[in-house]
Amino acid sequence: MADVAAAPPRASQGWSIGWGDAGPFLALIALVAIGFLINPDFLSANNIANVVTRSAFIAIIAIGATFVISSGGLDLSVGSMAAFITGVMILFMNWVAPNVGTAAIPLGMAVALVTGIACGLLNGTIVTLGRIEPFIATLGTMGIFRALITYMTDGGTVAIDRSLRDAYRPVYFGDVLGVPIPILVSLAVALVAAYVLYRTRFGRRCVAVGANEDVARYSGISVTRVRTMAYVIQGACVAIAAICYVPRLGAATPTTGLLWELQVITAVVIGGTALRGGRGRVWGTVAGAVILEFIANLMVLSDFVSEYLVAAVQGVIIIIAMLIQRMSKR
Amino acid sequence: MLRNALIAAGVTASLLAAGTASAAEKKIIAVSIPAADHGWTAGVVYHANAAAKEIAKAFPGLEVIVKTSPSASAQVSAIEDLSATRKMDALVILPHSSEELTTPVKTIKEKGAFITVVDRGLNDPTIQDLYVAGDNIAVGFNTAKFLVEQLGGKGNLVVLRGIPTVIDDERIKGFQDGIKGSDLKVLDIQYANWNSDEAFKLMQDYLAKYPQIDAVWANDDDMLLGVLEAIKQSGRKEIKFALGGNGMKEIIEKVKAGDAMTPVETPYPPSMIKTAIYLTAAHFAGHAPVRGSLKLDAPLITKENAEEYYFPDSPF
Repeated sequence: MADVAAAPPRASQGWSIGWGDAGPFLALIALVAIGFLINPDFLSANNIANVVTRSAFIAIIAIGATFVISSGGLDLSVGSMAAFITGVMILFMNWVAPNVGTAAIPLGMAVALVTGIACGLLNGTIVTLGRIEPFIATLGTMGIFRALITYMTDGGTVAIDRSLRDAYRPVYFGDVLGVPIPILVSLAVALVAAYVLYRTRFGRRCVAVGANEDVARYSGISVTRVRTMAYVIQGACVAIAAICYVPRLGAATPTTGLLWELQVITAVVIGGTALRGGRGRVWGTVAGAVILEFIANLMVLSDFVSEYLVAAVQGVIIIIAMLIQRMSKR
Repeated sequence: MLRNALIAAGVTASLLAAGTASAAEKKIIAVSIPAADHGWTAGVVYHANAAAKEIAKAFPGLEVIVKTSPSASAQVSAIEDLSATRKMDALVILPHSSEELTTPVKTIKEKGAFITVVDRGLNDPTIQDLYVAGDNIAVGFNTAKFLVEQLGGKGNLVVLRGIPTVIDDERIKGFQDGIKGSDLKVLDIQYANWNSDEAFKLMQDYLAKYPQIDAVWANDDDMLLGVLEAIKQSGRKEIKFALGGNGMKEIIEKVKAGDAMTPVETPYPPSMIKTAIYLTAAHFAGHAPVRGSLKLDAPLITKENAEEYYFPDSPF
């Protein structure tokens, strides 16, 4: 099974892979059609822009997770890490703002990126050099990051300095030619990620390691380096998401990013990436993140689901989306 | 940082006090509260530590020990450890959950400690000597009355609920009782788990779904922050009020500033833990009878009385 993905892909790169990749998009189209039938407001430009914009955080983080998961790893710490990076970034910007003014924003972004990469490196080295199961290793760092953000905020809220608030706001609320900036950012991240995963040696190695660690090692791939790098990419993606997130509410709290890891993993799997590794689908992941957000949106826009049953209906829809995806592969 | 400073201050204070009064005479008040994992509990921790410091200063014969616990089972262990290692004269407890804490607190009561229960009651009310709580029904009811009055008894509302719990149910019930008999209509009501991000998304969806909304009630201030951001982004002008509840300092600041959209607030103040600790201290230091229950009102906080509910140094 596993070596199929590692084997030369050229022979099968025709129809079959094309259709397999179409799965999440078919599910997305079906969902949009159903949404329109339920409530025509669903397709209003405003609603679509809102929903796709707010799916950007999960999409960007999930693109990073596509690397980790396709290389056979898992990262449960992304939600806490997002909160931690947000906190570090806000505290840093507030600290330098009195001296440098709005230049604090680009500096804060740089600090966020460095923090994210460091967090990813930490996860990666614990998993590879420490030889600890990714599930346990990142469960540990998930607790650590969550505790750190709680400590930094004293359990309450750290808000961004008022002098920076308006200057930074457009990064979430602004648009270029009508397209909201977070959407552009996630498209850019997806383009780069797709290039790296499909067109570079690292991308192929990533998938090969996930497909069969031993075979990859025998063919001269440094499994440690590839896996660690995947976690570093994940960390950088979380930082990019945090950079887009901060201007939305302008604050970090201990509940920021709570349970994002589950949404991220769901988005990745809906998108067609194999949870046990060896197969990664960047654009599918993006579609998966948008699907999740559309489902939540539909729950509010439709009238026939009791507020008590929303989560159950969401669960059913996710399973159906997976089935559509699976069937389109046959 | 602050917490360490407080602990250090507490230790120093108790050392100094030990010089004058012998350790045996010192009455120990243990305070067991949830760990700070969101705004409201962060406020509880802040006010408990502040009370501990103030009481240690004011009454050298009393010592207040504050312990925070992240879960109900951790809280059970914490109070068991406390009672095993120290002589406890009083326990002030804000229980994580009523069911799990009832028996452990009863055991401590049987050893002769004075029991003060805060906010959430235990399953057996005979255990408590003193009960201090806020009024969740009034939080909903007073907000509803304000809206009925201000909107002239007519209009479309949307409501955001918290996490399915008794607290949430009571607030919603109070609110629904408050609008009964008026022509205020609740267009929609959904859970947003007392979380700003979820509230932001939910409010965006409400705005997409309903072309005419007169007022929004988020039954907690964390959610209100998300709601306000969504309204601001939408540019919609017809929404007259967006109200919250609990008494977060950012929202009290708005009330003080005479904000048009959020002119009032209803308190469910985390500082009630301070009330409870002071009353318990009065039992020992002041020889004042305090056995009974105290239900704090949830009066509307307006520009006039906002100062009373404003704690600029608190994290909440």
